[in-house]
Amino acid sequence: MLGLNRKDTTLLIVVFLLTMLAPFLLNPFPADSAMAQFNAGYPDLMQRFVIFGIFAVGFNILFGLTGYLSFGHAAFLGVGSYAAVWMFKLFTFNVVPAIAAAVVVAGLFSVLIGYVSLRRSGIYFSILTLAFAQMSFALAYSVLSNPKFNLTNGETGLQVYADDPQIFAVAGSPNLPHLFGLSMRSTYTMDVGAWSFDFNAGYYLCAVIMLVVFYLSVRLFRSPFGMMLRAIKSNQQRLNYTGLNSRPYTLAAFVISGMYAGLAGGLLAAMDPLAGAERMQWTASGEVVLMTILGGAGTLIGPVLGAGFIKYFENIFSKINDNVLHSWFAFLPDGMEDFMVTIIHPFVGKGWHLTLGLLFMLVVIFLPGGLVEGGQRIARLFKRNTTQTPGNDPEHHPKPSPHVAE
Amino acid sequence: MGILEVKNVNKRFGGLQALGNVNLSVQENTVHAIIGPNGAGKSTLLNCLVGKLIPDTGSVMFDGQSVLGRKPHEINQMGISRVFQTPEIFGDLTVMENVLIPCFARRDGAFRMHAFESVQHEKSLNEQAEEILVDMNMIEKRDMHAASLSRGDKRRLEMAMCLVQQPRLLLLDEPTAGMARADTNNTIELLKEIKEKRDITMAIIEHDMHVVFSLAERITVLAQGTPLVEDTPENIKGHPKVQEAYLGQAH
Ligand SMILES: Nc1ncnc2c1ncn2[C@@H]1O[C@H](COP(=O)(O)OP(=O)(O)O)[C@@H](O)[C@H]1O
Ligand SMILES: [Mg+2]
Repeated sequence: MLGLNRKDTTLLIVVFLLTMLAPFLLNPFPADSAMAQFNAGYPDLMQRFVIFGIFAVGFNILFGLTGYLSFGHAAFLGVGSYAAVWMFKLFTFNVVPAIAAAVVVAGLFSVLIGYVSLRRSGIYFSILTLAFAQMSFALAYSVLSNPKFNLTNGETGLQVYADDPQIFAVAGSPNLPHLFGLSMRSTYTMDVGAWSFDFNAGYYLCAVIMLVVFYLSVRLFRSPFGMMLRAIKSNQQRLNYTGLNSRPYTLAAFVISGMYAGLAGGLLAAMDPLAGAERMQWTASGEVVLMTILGGAGTLIGPVLGAGFIKYFENIFSKINDNVLHSWFAFLPDGMEDFMVTIIHPFVGKGWHLTLGLLFMLVVIFLPGGLVEGGQRIARLFKRNTTQTPGNDPEHHPKPSPHVAE
Repeated sequence: MGILEVKNVNKRFGGLQALGNVNLSVQENTVHAIIGPNGAGKSTLLNCLVGKLIPDTGSVMFDGQSVLGRKPHEINQMGISRVFQTPEIFGDLTVMENVLIPCFARRDGAFRMHAFESVQHEKSLNEQAEEILVDMNMIEKRDMHAASLSRGDKRRLEMAMCLVQQPRLLLLDEPTAGMARADTNNTIELLKEIKEKRDITMAIIEHDMHVVFSLAERITVLAQGTPLVEDTPENIKGHPKVQEAYLGQAH
């Protein structure tokens, strides 16, 4: 179907169902129960899941497929956000031109950065991208924000003001990002018994776009172009001696992943019309690296899983404070209760990074192929129990290759 | 004029003169062997032909055009393919994909963006790739990862990758090293067959004299970076200088 083989079609259908049914799947606990804080089915977080999924899927084309580890991809995300907010300010709150501009501007920007950075590979490439991203951050944070020429509005961040021109604004349309009149914030809440599910217009727009670009990435993985990218990761020298010029291939991969990042940035702005320089900081670039490795670099679905995993931690674990902990352990005797709270305290709330760090270490050490490898191992265990097929055929489990091209 | 003309090529690595005034003329549609002890500069010479190294002085002409200053992919597109001394293959890709890539390179040139087609839908390229794998007796290994092949198989895969491009000049750097006797004989037969089927020039570096004398029409003996003699296999066999410099040591 859609030019994909059976396995990929199945994967696409599963991803389609998961994203469409996410409002149900992410809210498994009744709204008033003690477990409700583990519910992730609220619009803001669901939007982040798919937006950062897009970011990671694009990053994976460069890193997972081609073996070039960029430490500066947040720059493209940030540029996308700025471009989108400028479209809001100058023309209209309709998200279509804003998202298109985000992709185009990030694409152009990545041609520039890619052209220079791709003259080197390995660690030097990573450092070059990091340097470019930090320069972009500095430009956005201070240089391009002065009274004479204010492109980014510095520390405050770029936002839409009442006196902005918005020359194409249609009378009567919402004074917030909208899709031909449908506000991105409009949410329909469905109450079923004790449960409550939110269906948000912005989320569904992001989800549909995510499905489209995920489909495109599957096609790309299976295309001759994708094969060349994997060949670059495997042995760039051989590719050159086979008559292929690796430079345009790596640049194309870089620009495509830059456009994915720009799209993600544009969508962030479309959900909340604001763009700040912190979106371009190196921590943001590092986050997408973590997402991709955690989920499984070079796999199709891994980056989406990794993005969801990290965003879930960031939003859910960070909200667990001591009061919540006390309510969980209230059934214990007082001394024990305090003891448990003291032990768990450093790992939740502001300490969620600690938990994430530990999990990341566990994954990298025990599951070098990321969460996808974990899933495959479980599936294999399950298969062996039912069909007794020998699963240790070395042919089909080649040793994992290093993440970075030499 | 040969198809490949190497004139006065010098290459130094620090204090080591790896190539000293090398002259070599390979005639079109012949098999030309280059022999010599380890460290004689044979691989260095090939590196100068494919753009991996740039000679300090001298010229390298292929079919009347200079190869110096061109990038490796440009030299390959001129019609020169090389099998390396240590196999250079795409270890993470399947055997079939390894052979498909040169098929694409031959049809599409140095870069073409097919981002949304499927590799499987390129029927004629898949047929070409399968054909060469059948010729190489590797078709049953088509879905294996190249990294998991034996050393001999890696070498034969690399040879398949070069042959499927139908190069005008094929450079082979010790193609049978690490192969079992039977595979060596197969390789000799295969190269002979290809030679009969179509126009191809081969420059082959080899230690195995059985291979050299089965294939070569001309032989150049290299010692310490300088050609000692160049002659027919019959004359080389009896040449006293060669016996002393090379053949004597090999046995
Ligand atoms: N890239 C290099 N840097 C320094 N020395 C080199 C390099 N390549 C080859 N050499 C040296 O040049 C000499 C010739 O090497 P090579 O051409 O590999 O010999 P062979 O005839 O065995 O293929 C050797 O002494 C080798 O150590
Ligand atoms: Mg050598």
